[in-house]
Amino acid sequence: MAEILVLVDHVDGAVKKVSLELLTLARSLGEPSAVFVGNGADTALQTLAEYGAATVYVADAAELSDYVVAPKAELLAQLVAEKSPAAVLIPSTAEGKEIAGRLAIKANSGVITDAVGISPELVATQSIFGGSTIVHSKVTSGTPIITVRPNSAAPEAAPAAGTRQDVTVALSPQATAAKVTDRVTEEKGARPELAEAAIVVSGGRGVGGPEGFEVIEKLADSLGGAVGASRAATDAGWYPHQYQVGQTGKTVSPQLYIANGISGAIQHRAGMQTSKTIVVVNKDPEAPIFELADYGVVGDLFQVVPQLTEEIGKRKG
Amino acid sequence: MKIVVCVKQVPDTWSEKKLDPATKTLDRESVDGVMNELDEYAVEEALKIAEATSGEVTVLSMGPSQSTETIRKALSMGADAGIHVQDDGLAGSDAVATSLAIATVLKDRGADLILFGSESTDARMSVVPAMVAERLGLPQLTFANKVEAPGDGTVKAHRLTDYGYDVVEASTPAVVSVVEKINEPRYPSFKGIMAAKKKPVETISLADAGIEAAAVGLGAAWSEVAEFAAAPPRAAGTIVTDEGDGGVKIADYLSEQKFI
Repeated sequence: MAEILVLVDHVDGAVKKVSLELLTLARSLGEPSAVFVGNGADTALQTLAEYGAATVYVADAAELSDYVVAPKAELLAQLVAEKSPAAVLIPSTAEGKEIAGRLAIKANSGVITDAVGISPELVATQSIFGGSTIVHSKVTSGTPIITVRPNSAAPEAAPAAGTRQDVTVALSPQATAAKVTDRVTEEKGARPELAEAAIVVSGGRGVGGPEGFEVIEKLADSLGGAVGASRAATDAGWYPHQYQVGQTGKTVSPQLYIANGISGAIQHRAGMQTSKTIVVVNKDPEAPIFELADYGVVGDLFQVVPQLTEEIGKRKG
Repeated sequence: MKIVVCVKQVPDTWSEKKLDPATKTLDRESVDGVMNELDEYAVEEALKIAEATSGEVTVLSMGPSQSTETIRKALSMGADAGIHVQDDGLAGSDAVATSLAIATVLKDRGADLILFGSESTDARMSVVPAMVAERLGLPQLTFANKVEAPGDGTVKAHRLTDYGYDVVEASTPAVVSVVEKINEPRYPSFKGIMAAKKKPVETISLADAGIEAAAVGLGAAWSEVAEFAAAPPRAAGTIVTDEGDGGVKIADYLSEQKFI
């Protein structure tokens, strides 16, 4: 079977859900091989095998992680040249897309970003223009390099060998030109990562101020979800910018998206329109966000949301 | 310091974007064009760095003839000169070809910094800055919400990550892309708008740049749209008015859908 390379996204060996989704997707295209870069391979190996990685290429030299983007692209280019895989799948994160871009140039290959599905013929499905248009695209030159959005497939276990194969790469001077000299972690709490979360609870202008986000956070926590914000809220400084959902912010497609006090301007819709189920709370019955709602309540979010949070608490016991 | 800032003309966010059925590329004729919003932050950052280092800012745009409006806007904000890479043969270029054209034009211009916005609001791929860095063999400091380029041959940036940010350091020349929130882009002043009309804009064709026509444009794209369709409309949902039990009703719905 054709080999499919999957670049693993992880934190010190804790494999992110998107990587399991990509391995699951890769199994429908060929035989997945995971590419693991960084520390913690021993922790990750078992999980990657469980989700179908026949081979796990491990590159744990520190310098691969000490420089921006380019070393990972060089490693993948080396593997593409050596293994001639049928495709390379990379999580569609900011870094993942940049790795894919550089790899495309190195491997003389076409690249497709932000796929939400891939057919066995390697035709990628994308949702563009804020979700208004569905496009089916394919790479016509070289090795297809496709970045896939989180939540595009349900991860399913299918144990495989997961044979570790260590890989070394001699980095070029160009790949070590932009050095990461510090990593700064900003407070985030225990919530799941916005792009990966199965449930996202967002607040907008209707939240009224930074203190209003407390009710949004409580609802998110009751559901084990992530918190998002509309641009109106982040522009006003009510919630940090990295939580902005929409054009110029993050694109999410969770199982459940709850929009509170968000009018639904096109900029916001562009970032959440592909969510599977959308629930809306807004006091303005004319708010365009209701057009997207599977279930909507016209009402004051400061009444509705705390009641919902309390009710969820009761039902979850 | 010599700074080049790359800008793109995109359809206004509020306009309805469509694919042209013949080329399966964005129909740019039927929509109003504006400067890509994130590129305004790149122009502002370029101007700030130039002001602090007695540098000069050249704005580069690749695109059809109407892209001159976007170049003029950057000039009216304060950029010194423009480069318009314009050729019918470029139409339909994918990111691979776009990066080739930009890298080829910039190769011998001696820019210390090449700035971009972190994504265009039409294609939203966010790959061209990384590709240009790859092609030119330059350090990549992308997704920056802080840039320090004091003009001493170094550049330092805060690169946004999911957990916060990375501090990234490199020597110039370098490629930088910026996110919004890095600054507050200035509005062109009346004086700036008048001055912009007299600033030089160089138009460069494929032949001028020495780019092979076969390497760019729709025909050279390494990926292609096989087919496209309007997304199926979402089925109309249930909308209720809160009568004191709105929260409970949503909880009922979430239970039905097995979220609780």
